[in-house]
Amino acid sequence: MWILSSIAGFFSGLIGSMGLGGGAVLLIYLTVFQHTPQFKAQGINLIFFVPIAVLAVIIYSFKKEIKWKTVLPIVAGGVLGSFGGLYLSKLIGEEWVSKIFAVLLIVLGLREFFTKSPLKKSEKGGIVKKE
Amino acid sequence: MFSLFFIFNKNLTILISVIITKKKGFISFLLGALIGAVNGLLGAGGGMLTVPILKKMGMPQKAAHKNAVAVILPITAISATLYLFSGRVRLLDAVPFIPLGLVGAALGTFIIKKISPTLLKKIFALFMIWAGVRAFL
Repeated sequence: MWILSSIAGFFSGLIGSMGLGGGAVLLIYLTVFQHTPQFKAQGINLIFFVPIAVLAVIIYSFKKEIKWKTVLPIVAGGVLGSFGGLYLSKLIGEEWVSKIFAVLLIVLGLREFFTKSPLKKSEKGGIVKKE
Repeated sequence: MFSLFFIFNKNLTILISVIITKKKGFISFLLGALIGAVNGLLGAGGGMLTVPILKKMGMPQKAAHKNAVAVILPITAISATLYLFSGRVRLLDAVPFIPLGLVGAALGTFIIKKISPTLLKKIFALFMIWAGVRAFL
């Protein structure tokens, strides 16, 4: 079983480091294939992502690709929001959270699949607004 | 983690003034709260939400993906800590996935330059739909 887990970890890290939703890979593996309880799976996913993201962010920031001025105000809100999220998850309960997750996967998947290529002029022009 | 905290401390005063005085900073703050709430509720998905937000702020596709990782890292660290403290998960539960996850992450930061994000998105989208259907049933 650890071989499967390692493969899931590998793809989750690969996709996660590119900001493509690696969290979903590991969560799907844990809940759908391993039948891990939803909240435990979410916790594993959160812990897992911390070292992965540290590595990715270190690499990106060495290349000076992280725009901290844009990033940090969002982070400040996000830290507060995390507490709200935990509270909400207690309120809603494990079973409903897993249903919400399933619906979200389908909706986001459909949207991702049908939106046109985002790689237009913005990619080459590199118009990054400055604060 | 330490270097991140250092950067954070150094800019904390600037950060607060940006949030309070600039409209854009305040909107960022509110959107961040939304990202954090979703991430804390579902244990994932914050990154997927961050990418379109960063793009709306004027970042090109690939930059948005890279910066989304930076946005979601501290938020995830907080959520992970909260999950640990509320006893939903133990640190050891996550360990088996991490070694190859790191290999994948290093590879990901390298191939993001070479790969077509559109193709990757399409493949991943199909995977998500299929898994969503399975998870719902």
